[in-house]
Amino acid sequence: MRICSFNQILNNSGVAALVGGEQVAIFRVDQEVYAIGNRDPFSGANVLARGIVGDLKGELVVASPVYKQHFSLLTGRCIEDPSVSVPVYRARVEGADIQIL
Amino acid sequence: MSGKVVVVGNGMVGQRFLEQLAGRGEFEVTTFCEEPRPAYDRVQLTSFFSGKSAADLSIAKKEFFEQTRMTLRLNDAVLAIDPVRKVLRSARYREVAYDKLVLATGSSPFVPKVAGHDRRDCFVYRTIEDLEAITAAARRSKVGVVIGGGLLGLEAAKALKDLGLETHVVEFAARLMAVQLDDSAGRLLKKKIESLGATVHLQKNTREIVGGAERRNRLVFADGTHLEADLIVFSAGIRPRDELARGAGLVVGERGGVRIDSHCRTSNPDIYAIGECALWDGRIFGLVAPGYQMAEVAARHIAGEEKVRFLGADLSTKLKLMGVDVASIGDAHGAARDAASYVYTDEVVYKKLVVSADRKQLLGAILVGDASDYGPLLQLVLNAMPLPEHPEDLILPTRDVTAKKGLGVDLLPDSALVCSCNSVSKAQICAAVRAGCTTLGSLKKQTRCASSCGGCGPLAKQIVDAELKKQGVAVMNHLCEHFPRSRQELFHLTRIHSLKTFEALIGRFGRGKGCDVCKPAVASILASCWNEMVLKPAHAPLQDTNDHFLANLQKNGTYSIVPRVPGGEITPQKLVVLGQVAEKYGLYTKITGAQRIDLFGARAEQLPEVWKALIAAGFESGHAYGKALRTVKSCVGSTWCRYGVQDSVTMAIGIENRYRGLRAPHKIKMAVSGCTRECAEAQGKDVGVIATEKGWNLYVCGNGGMKPRHADLLARDIDGRTLIAFIDRFLMFYIRTADRLQRTSAWLENLEGGIDYVRRVVCEDSLGIGAELEADMARHVASYECEWKKAIETPEILARFRHFVNSDEPDSGVVFVTERGQPIPA
Repeated sequence: MRICSFNQILNNSGVAALVGGEQVAIFRVDQEVYAIGNRDPFSGANVLARGIVGDLKGELVVASPVYKQHFSLLTGRCIEDPSVSVPVYRARVEGADIQIL
Repeated sequence: MSGKVVVVGNGMVGQRFLEQLAGRGEFEVTTFCEEPRPAYDRVQLTSFFSGKSAADLSIAKKEFFEQTRMTLRLNDAVLAIDPVRKVLRSARYREVAYDKLVLATGSSPFVPKVAGHDRRDCFVYRTIEDLEAITAAARRSKVGVVIGGGLLGLEAAKALKDLGLETHVVEFAARLMAVQLDDSAGRLLKKKIESLGATVHLQKNTREIVGGAERRNRLVFADGTHLEADLIVFSAGIRPRDELARGAGLVVGERGGVRIDSHCRTSNPDIYAIGECALWDGRIFGLVAPGYQMAEVAARHIAGEEKVRFLGADLSTKLKLMGVDVASIGDAHGAARDAASYVYTDEVVYKKLVVSADRKQLLGAILVGDASDYGPLLQLVLNAMPLPEHPEDLILPTRDVTAKKGLGVDLLPDSALVCSCNSVSKAQICAAVRAGCTTLGSLKKQTRCASSCGGCGPLAKQIVDAELKKQGVAVMNHLCEHFPRSRQELFHLTRIHSLKTFEALIGRFGRGKGCDVCKPAVASILASCWNEMVLKPAHAPLQDTNDHFLANLQKNGTYSIVPRVPGGEITPQKLVVLGQVAEKYGLYTKITGAQRIDLFGARAEQLPEVWKALIAAGFESGHAYGKALRTVKSCVGSTWCRYGVQDSVTMAIGIENRYRGLRAPHKIKMAVSGCTRECAEAQGKDVGVIATEKGWNLYVCGNGGMKPRHADLLARDIDGRTLIAFIDRFLMFYIRTADRLQRTSAWLENLEGGIDYVRRVVCEDSLGIGAELEADMARHVASYECEWKKAIETPEILARFRHFVNSDEPDSGVVFVTERGQPIPA
């Protein structure tokens, strides 16, 4: 499913998308895109797309803008509390577009 | 050990005795205190006038008596001791038995018996009650005089000055602080104190006090001259409180004082005396540190330690008298045989070393105007360490500010007593560091080092740092794993290399992709340096969500909006607009603590619409979302208030409009009060301005919140232009040197040299960067633009204000319910 065009997302940042009724946070890091659930499990707010993207010990993460826990962009796992994770979605760049599979 | 121990007096020394005795045995302890409150810090008494409360000064905590089960009888004076039956009588109790009795009765101010000494508005300076009475009398007074130009007299003079009185000091001797200083030092101190607005009268012997012609009282001097004042404070020395001991037949000295032996026992082996009431080897020790030592000796002796002894104490002192640094160490007058001396003075500072005849050892020293060498010099004296080849180097000014004079802390012997108030040696500090202490703050907590007078603080910190270094602990101030640099270093690198983006910085000085710590920190540095729009494509992904959406994220994912209301002044029309906007968008409204109005519950996609309406009505961004200037709170000042002396609102608006949008390591709050009543609470702000009749007083580094801190006075009675120049420099200096997320209060507390250093940099331009800091600020002021105005004019920024990139649906997770007529998160 096409979400938006690739250049609608600033490098190293995210957007939220509505995918089949679910909220998905999509991040662009250089030429790659990653997608995880948009809901922050600690606050319940749908805001993970608004977090700051970076890496911790080489692992790509987003920091929740509410209480600052980090979630892996690859696995959805919470770095601070491995018992918590968010869903992961398959995303790709197709031509000038970003798609969720 | 066990038995009944009774302590007479709960001053600083009496309390220290209790603390020392606690845990040393099963004693049943009762303390009598004639004052209405338990022990407080009399050394810091003058700070009562600069806003400290009785509670701030308190050192005997309520829990202490609960935890130790010691009994404290407040407001109850002991009247007589019967040493034969070992009982005493108090104002409230007929008989209290003791096994061991400790006299910690302290001293009383000496009031010369001149005629009229008991007239109305004559005071002494000893207790909080005295200070309260002086404060009350000052309200109906214009002129105050202190009789006595010693250490305490000058403290009292400062208090009168702070109370707004025309202040005079009358001294019998030919110089101020005759005990501690020599003639030249006394002369310089007099000059400095007079330049601060107090008048010093030397060699004046007060013969009598009578009614005045212009003021309420007149001091008539023996030389026939006179001086009129409304209020008089006697500070002519102290006399030991030995009346109880005399009544009990204990041996007292010719000129007073209960004679004690080296175990602090009086002539009756079951009665001890400690502190200022005790006479040891013919000497009274009028300082707190020897009193503390006696307290420890007495407690340990009572607990059965036969060998502990009090063997005299060093009477070196370092003080700040009316803002002037003064220190006197050891044999300051060169009383030792064939002592030689070195003197340096430039009429701003005076420094004197007293050395042994062979010039190998330091015997004493006097410092006026700059006492920063006190710690090292004192250690040279106390440890009889060898002097350098050219002793004069220790006091001569050096042009190379980085050159360390004197001795490195490594040369200090382990036994060196660093904190004399609390008997902490270098070895104990090093042990504390090995046990995990890494800061002066934690050292204070663990060892009490530097927790009383604080004079040893800088030296203690050097020892901590040196010991940490020795253990290979780098003092870690790296921003995060991506930048092995401190914020200050990154700030300077950004400026020196003119770096304008995060990519440029991490490429040259960092590694990896960055994180939520370094990205906002670098974004803040870039904003402080270059003031580019924070939502430019290069900067937007660095911002925390608050800066990214120019609003404050709330727990349900919505944002709150705080328009700027400079100085808290707002027109009725603007109030109506805020109400209309809130009503239209269903926002919850609340008045903030900073005299603004906060509109809560806006969805990201609503923010531009709301701001279009606000900007049309003349509002601009309030930067409540940024680590930036928040607000300048004000009282109505002289425009309306019967008591106001300056127009605080106009000043507050001017300041707020000058510094709006200034990004900093953390948020900055300010306030302006129109008079000394301080209704704007400026002394709890990062920058606080208080109007005086002559201009403005500038306070800095105050804080409310989690760790409240009373602001420090940086400059007094300055005009408006100087005020702005000083604030410019202060803010820019803070921005250049603070750590990430470090408020000005924490910054100051970690800054070596503290407020004095800040004053030298800001007010005296000691680093020669004043003009540069002002130019930096001028650039900021000239480049300011309202971020929200810019945002709604820029389509690619506006495009980011939506919840879903692929749908106009709102976030279904945002649900409100109604409480007290307003929406709140469900």
